[in-house]
Amino acid sequence: MSDKQNFTAEELATMDSIIARYPKSRSAIMPLLHYVQSIDGYVTGRGIETIATKLDLATAEVTAVSSFYTQYKSEPVGEYHVGICINTLCAVMGGDVLYEETRNHLGIDNHETTSDGKVSLERIECNAACDYAPVVMVNWEFFDNQTPQSVKDLVDDLRDGKPVKPTRGPSSLRTWKQNSAVLAGLPDGLVNEGVQAGAPTLLGLNLSNSSPAPAIAAPVEALVVPEANQ
Amino acid sequence: MTTLTPVLSKNWNDADSFTIAGYKRAGGYVGLGNALKQTPDEVIALVKESGLRGRGGAGFPTGNKWSFIPQGDNKPHYLVVNADESEPGTCKDMPLLLANPHSLIEGMIIGSYAIRANHAFIYLRGEVVHVFRRVQQAITDAYAAGLLGKNILGSGFDLDITLHAGAGAYICGEETALLDSLEGFRGQPRLRPPFPAIAGLYAMPTVVNNVESIASVPAILAHGVTWFQAMGTEKSKGFTLYSLSGHVANPGQFEAPLGITLREILELAGGIRPGHQLKFWTPGGSSTPIFTAEHLDVPLDYEGVSAAGSMLGTKALQIFDETTCVVRAALRWSEFYKHESCGKCTPCREGTWWLVQMLEDLEAGKGTEADLEKLLDLCDNIAGRSFCALADGAVAPIISTLKYFRSEYILHQTHGGCPFNPAASTLFEMVGA
Repeated sequence: MSDKQNFTAEELATMDSIIARYPKSRSAIMPLLHYVQSIDGYVTGRGIETIATKLDLATAEVTAVSSFYTQYKSEPVGEYHVGICINTLCAVMGGDVLYEETRNHLGIDNHETTSDGKVSLERIECNAACDYAPVVMVNWEFFDNQTPQSVKDLVDDLRDGKPVKPTRGPSSLRTWKQNSAVLAGLPDGLVNEGVQAGAPTLLGLNLSNSSPAPAIAAPVEALVVPEANQ
Repeated sequence: MTTLTPVLSKNWNDADSFTIAGYKRAGGYVGLGNALKQTPDEVIALVKESGLRGRGGAGFPTGNKWSFIPQGDNKPHYLVVNADESEPGTCKDMPLLLANPHSLIEGMIIGSYAIRANHAFIYLRGEVVHVFRRVQQAITDAYAAGLLGKNILGSGFDLDITLHAGAGAYICGEETALLDSLEGFRGQPRLRPPFPAIAGLYAMPTVVNNVESIASVPAILAHGVTWFQAMGTEKSKGFTLYSLSGHVANPGQFEAPLGITLREILELAGGIRPGHQLKFWTPGGSSTPIFTAEHLDVPLDYEGVSAAGSMLGTKALQIFDETTCVVRAALRWSEFYKHESCGKCTPCREGTWWLVQMLEDLEAGKGTEADLEKLLDLCDNIAGRSFCALADGAVAPIISTLKYFRSEYILHQTHGGCPFNPAASTLFEMVGA
C-alpha cells in the first residue's frame, strides 16, 4: 500500500525541518526513521529510499543504521507495542512470569503481533524504571509495578479499544505511530498530563522532609565567587 | 547516621516541578545568572574546585573534562549530554528528567558557556516518550524565556539545544558510540585517542557529560563551592542520586552525600522485604562487580567502592535476597551483554555468545567444575581486549558471582539443575507457589 506511494508534500517538508535541526544532515537519520515509523508504522522501503535521497546517501547506508537499533522495526508492529522487561532485576521480581503469561494469554511469541493487529509483544531490556519493577512499556510509556493479572487486563483493554492510562505518562495511551512522531521531535501537546513523579521517585525526598533539620542548609541566591575571581 | 540531602529532588513533590515556573520558584536559573557574571574560565575553575565528578559511571572530574577543550581554536565546540541511561539497574536520570528537566537545561547553558559551545545536544534514549515530551517542552520554554537562543540574558552568549532520540542501543551510552550515533551512523565506539575533547562530534572539540553531572552544576553556581564541598567525602564531593531497587521493603530514589552506605539507605528504606535476607547487590549497575552482605558498610563513594573491589558506577543499588539464584542472574546479565554488543570487536562480539552458552549449561546443571575455570579464562580473553568498556562490564557479573558464590555454581551440577524456585523471588504472589 503506502510503500508504493510517495510521501505527501507536507510530510516531505516535515522531513526537511527535521534535517534543519542539525549542523550536518546525516545526523537526522534517526529522527527521520522515527518519523517514517510515525507514518508507515515501521521502516518501509519508501522510507529508506526517501531518507537516502534527502541525505544524499545510498539506501544501504540508511538500512545499515536502521537495522542496528531495536526500536526501528523492519515489519509492522501492533497499534500497541507491549514491551516486558526481562533484564535481570525485573525478570527476578516477576518479569519472566509476566512475559510467559502474557505470551500464553495472547497466543503470540516475541516480536509477533495479534491477528487483529492491535498488540505486539517484545522482550525488552532495562528501561530505567527499576524502582518500579516489574516494568512493562506500551508504545514506550511506563506501566509500573505490574502483576500477571494487570498485564492481562492491560492487553485485553488494548484489544477491546478501551482507554488505558500509563502510570507515569499522558492521561491516555496513544498509538505506536503517534508516539513515534513524538520521538521524531513533533510535540503532541500532552506534556503537562500525568504525574511529575511516582511514589518511589519521591521516597528519599519524603523521608528527608519528615526527618529533623537537614545537616547542611543551602544559602539561597548567594553569589559565591572566590575572591580571586571577583 | 548520614542525612539525606535533596538538591536536585527538592521540588519533586510540586505537581509543576517540571515547568519553568515550578523550577524558578524552587530557585532555578539563579546559578545561570551567577555564571554569566563570571568569565568562562572562571566557571571552569569553579566547577573544578568544587570537586564535582561524573555521575554516569566513570567518575571523571567534570571541571577537568571541560578544561581539556582547546580555547581560541576558532572551531565550533559542542556539549553533548548523555541521557541514554540504559545500564541495567540504573534509573536516576529518567525520573530526574521527568520531574526536573530544567535542571539539565540550566546546567547545559552554564557548561556550554564555560567551554564556549554555541550548540549543545541531548542524546535521550528513545524508549521513554513522556520524558522526551518533558525535555522538549523545557527547551521550548527556555527559548521563550530568553534562556536559549541569541544573547542569553543580555550576556552576548548564544546557545541552541537540539534534543535527539536514540532508538534502543545500550552501546550508545558509551560516549564515542554516542557521538557516532548522533552523527547518523551505527553506534560503535571509536578508538581513543583522539579523545572527544580534541575530535568529538563532527571531529570538533566536544564534552560529553552525563545528565546528573550537568544537572548538578546549577546548584554549585547558586550556592557555592564551600556548600557543595561540605557534602561527601575527601575525594568524592557533593550529593548524588542513589537508586534502590529489588527485594527491598520500599524501592526508590535517595539523594544523599557521597559516602553513604547501603546499610544506612536500607535503614531509611525499611530494609529488605519482610522475612528475607540480603544475598547480593550491585553498587552501580550490572557492569559493576557484585557485593554481598559483608559490604553493607562500604562507603558508597568512588574510592570506597573501588577499594572494596567494585565500582560506584551509576549508584544503581539492585538488591537481591536469598531466593535469587546467582547463576540465573549472571546468565541473564550475560544475555543482555550478548544482545547489546555492537559487534565491532571480536573478543566482545564472539566472547559474549560463548559466555551465554556456557552459563546456560551451568544453570541447567550440565556443566562441570572444569567449566568454571574455562569460564574465567574466557572472561580473561574478553575484558580489556575491546575498544570500549562493554566487554569489561560483560565479565563483571560472572567473575564476581564466581568469587562469592562458587559453591552455588557447583550446586547446580550436583543438583542436576537449578535448585531455586523462581516463584519465591517474585514481588507478587504466585498462584500455587
